[in-house]
Amino acid sequence: MNDKLYKYLLMLGDNSMILGHRLSELCGHGPSLETDIALTNISLDLFGQVRNIFQYAAKLKGANTTEDSIAFLRTARQHHNCILLEQPNTDFAHVIIRQYLFDAFQKLQLENLCESADDQIAAIAAKSLKETNYHVRFSAEWCKRLGAGTSESNQKMQEALNHLYPFSFEFFEQNEIESEMYSKGIGPDLNRLKDIYFSQVKTLLSTAELNIPDSPARHTKGKSGIHSEYLGYILSDFQYMQRVYPNMQW
Amino acid sequence: MSPEINLEEQFQARIDAGEKIEPKDWMPEKYRKTHIRQISQHAHSEIVGMLPEGNWITRAPSLRRKVGLLAKVQDEAGHGLYLYSAAETLGISRDQMFDQLHKGKAKYSSIFNYPTLSWADIGAIGWLVDGAAIINQVMLTRTSFGPYARAMVRICKEESFHQRQGYEIMLGLAKGTLEQKEMAQDALNRFWWPSLMMFGPRDAESPNTEQSVKWKIKRKTNDELRQQFIDITVPQAEYLGLTIPDPDLKWNEERGHYDFGEIDWNEFWQVVKGNGPCNKERLGARVNAWEEGAWVRDAAMAYSAKNKTQNSKVSKTA
Ligand SMILES: [Fe+2]
Ligand SMILES: [Fe+2]
Ligand SMILES: [Fe+2]
Repeated sequence: MNDKLYKYLLMLGDNSMILGHRLSELCGHGPSLETDIALTNISLDLFGQVRNIFQYAAKLKGANTTEDSIAFLRTARQHHNCILLEQPNTDFAHVIIRQYLFDAFQKLQLENLCESADDQIAAIAAKSLKETNYHVRFSAEWCKRLGAGTSESNQKMQEALNHLYPFSFEFFEQNEIESEMYSKGIGPDLNRLKDIYFSQVKTLLSTAELNIPDSPARHTKGKSGIHSEYLGYILSDFQYMQRVYPNMQW
Repeated sequence: MSPEINLEEQFQARIDAGEKIEPKDWMPEKYRKTHIRQISQHAHSEIVGMLPEGNWITRAPSLRRKVGLLAKVQDEAGHGLYLYSAAETLGISRDQMFDQLHKGKAKYSSIFNYPTLSWADIGAIGWLVDGAAIINQVMLTRTSFGPYARAMVRICKEESFHQRQGYEIMLGLAKGTLEQKEMAQDALNRFWWPSLMMFGPRDAESPNTEQSVKWKIKRKTNDELRQQFIDITVPQAEYLGLTIPDPDLKWNEERGHYDFGEIDWNEFWQVVKGNGPCNKERLGARVNAWEEGAWVRDAAMAYSAKNKTQNSKVSKTA
């Protein structure tokens, strides 16, 4: 049981960690100071969530496990994030679409996790939800601004959406662990969230004057540890210090 | 006596009496220009300063350090914002200031033209660079121009937090493994002299000082501030067990100060002129962010304009 709960926590934490990393790459390079500050803030919130989740996971695992050994010392195959979150910062449109597609999901997921049978998860979710409510407002607002801004911005957003939308289905491909968490009252029923999610996303995207791509869902298995080629590069950056200077205090 | 001279005397009398000058007050043109230049350069330093430290965010060695560094770099962006706003009160727009930066017409602190080569550089920058900035800026909390002085009060609080955070990183390294200690020493070796250069040329070669003292932009000279920094920092380095890379550094009982070796002024001027190790990369990164962000800013403007006309249509029909 503990082992499954541990893996479930990795799934929750890895989404935030990998997206937080992608956002942290942008720090100092945003299109304006205001967006730079806002995106760094979201990255900070995500890493704060990661720390809460991994500290809990480390406690479950016991022995010498710490938030940092979980964050920095796993192989790519041991990561359980959805593939959407490792997609690169191709341009600001990709950054915003990726963010919105995740935020809209994360908000629904956290609302459910607030009621989790696991008290720790419920407490972490309650704290994270406040932040995610702000994130989704930010990313939805920017979807509208850029989708309905100029024809150039609309075109860039549509391209980003065409690329990223097919990845969003992975959130709802309930795997064995998620099914078990649902049956124990720990995690949400992803099948139920799926309909709510896509109806919300479609409403927002049409307000943003963007067309839902009719391309099929990407067949991805990030949650089971099979990732895109991007993740290896993310980790070689992210883990650099811990790998080159093992077993040290920072 | 012409009325202009009279105004100028009254203006100086207000400053001498410790009053703050506010944006709508009368001020000599030169005062306005000097402040636009200084405040915008300070703002540019904050945002260019995000780059060398941003270089290590993705590689920070622990989650705690990553969050600390992200927050620090975000603070610097905030400092840029307050300072650009303070400069805007003098009749220049942020876009104009960016344009001056991008065209190489406006300067920023030369320290940011040095590369960050190891994690220890993040500690050294917090400790030394934020430390040197505080010494310059504490003086500015009492400067005569109100918006600048007020921005400095807020900024100085955060800079001292950065300085402590940087020193704490160094302390961790200095008390760590041999490799960590070597990393810390190497960072100190590379950042020590450029940090001393942050106080600017020697007084004998610093032409603006007298006017700046009158306007309270400067309360101490470059050499005085530099000495103050050295006197504070040497014991901190000793506590870390690190060696300051200056064989001539020694306590002078008579002066009550540390004597120190000659700064490489040729290097200083080369970096100021744009020939430092990273000048092109730093400016290039700023220009790139600006150019790639153009469509985003245009779209945001177009969107808010559309919404305004829509809102006014709604209110007309209502
Ligand atoms: Fe700053
Ligand atoms: Fe500063
Ligand atoms: Fe700072």
